[in-house]
Amino acid sequence: MPVFYGTHIESPLMLGTAQYPSPAIMAEAFRASCAGIATVSLRREGGAGQDFHRLIKELGLPVLPNTAGCHSVREAVTTAQMARELFGTPWIKLEVIRDDDTLCPDVIALVEAARILSDDGFQVFPYCTEDLSVCGRLLDAGCQVLMPWGAPIGSGRGLNNPYGLRSLRAHFPKVPLVVDAGIGLPSHAAQAMELGYDAVLLNTAVAKAGDPVTMARAMALAITAGKLAHDANPIEARDMAAPSTPLFGMAVLD
Amino acid sequence: MKITLNGELRDLTGPTVQDTLNEIGLGAAKVATALNGAFLPAGSRANTTLTDGDTLEVVAPMQGG
Repeated sequence: MPVFYGTHIESPLMLGTAQYPSPAIMAEAFRASCAGIATVSLRREGGAGQDFHRLIKELGLPVLPNTAGCHSVREAVTTAQMARELFGTPWIKLEVIRDDDTLCPDVIALVEAARILSDDGFQVFPYCTEDLSVCGRLLDAGCQVLMPWGAPIGSGRGLNNPYGLRSLRAHFPKVPLVVDAGIGLPSHAAQAMELGYDAVLLNTAVAKAGDPVTMARAMALAITAGKLAHDANPIEARDMAAPSTPLFGMAVLD
Repeated sequence: MKITLNGELRDLTGPTVQDTLNEIGLGAAKVATALNGAFLPAGSRANTTLTDGDTLEVVAPMQGG
């Protein structure tokens, strides 16, 4: 099971709390998923925040607040500071967005914000691209976890760049790695775990499914299967066939 | 005193941030605050005075991914 900043997590599924048809379905989906972490956010208080806070506490899970929607270092840092006070955790899922169509991270601002927050005692989970140099800079800035995207947030496209994700895993074998965003199907989540990732963070694929509770269960099973497959050291793919039944002892029937 | 509270221009009595939270019914709520774009810790609200033209953001836990 993953260890983030010294904290052992019960499950490699990190599940978001947004977009569910109702709070009751959200709670049921969390139970079905056996998620190890709940991701949360903060927004202007319009009356719903207090009920949501009670609901989150009832889940009994570690929470990972995010800086979703932030487009600048200053916005992200201020949001993180407010999140730390609200949720009582030094954890922050750091998002600094460059482009609104793809929700592509602004990796330059991300590194700067990560350094400021790490120096201030935060434990930063950066939502980043799978770029090796960017990830190296984030580690230099104090991050001890990396969360490269699989595909744009909410797109459900799966892992757009398995080569890049595999390369990242190989370069940073001891760094906890999480595929964050783009997961649409359980097979995508399984693929991330088969690549040797420590966890998967997803939200829309469950919350917007026709049956969120069943999809939550499917994701949990897929993540378990993917991790088992990785741990089992799977065979290498080949271009040519290789008979699985031995030819020795075959009857001659011509 | 006219301040921008969560993006809306409001005429509030104040004078402190805590007074303002009390005035809008969030005095005891689980919220975090930012004044003019900078984080304002809960412990500083009672001795931070607002002035005309200030921008106050009051946020609460919310759904997120």
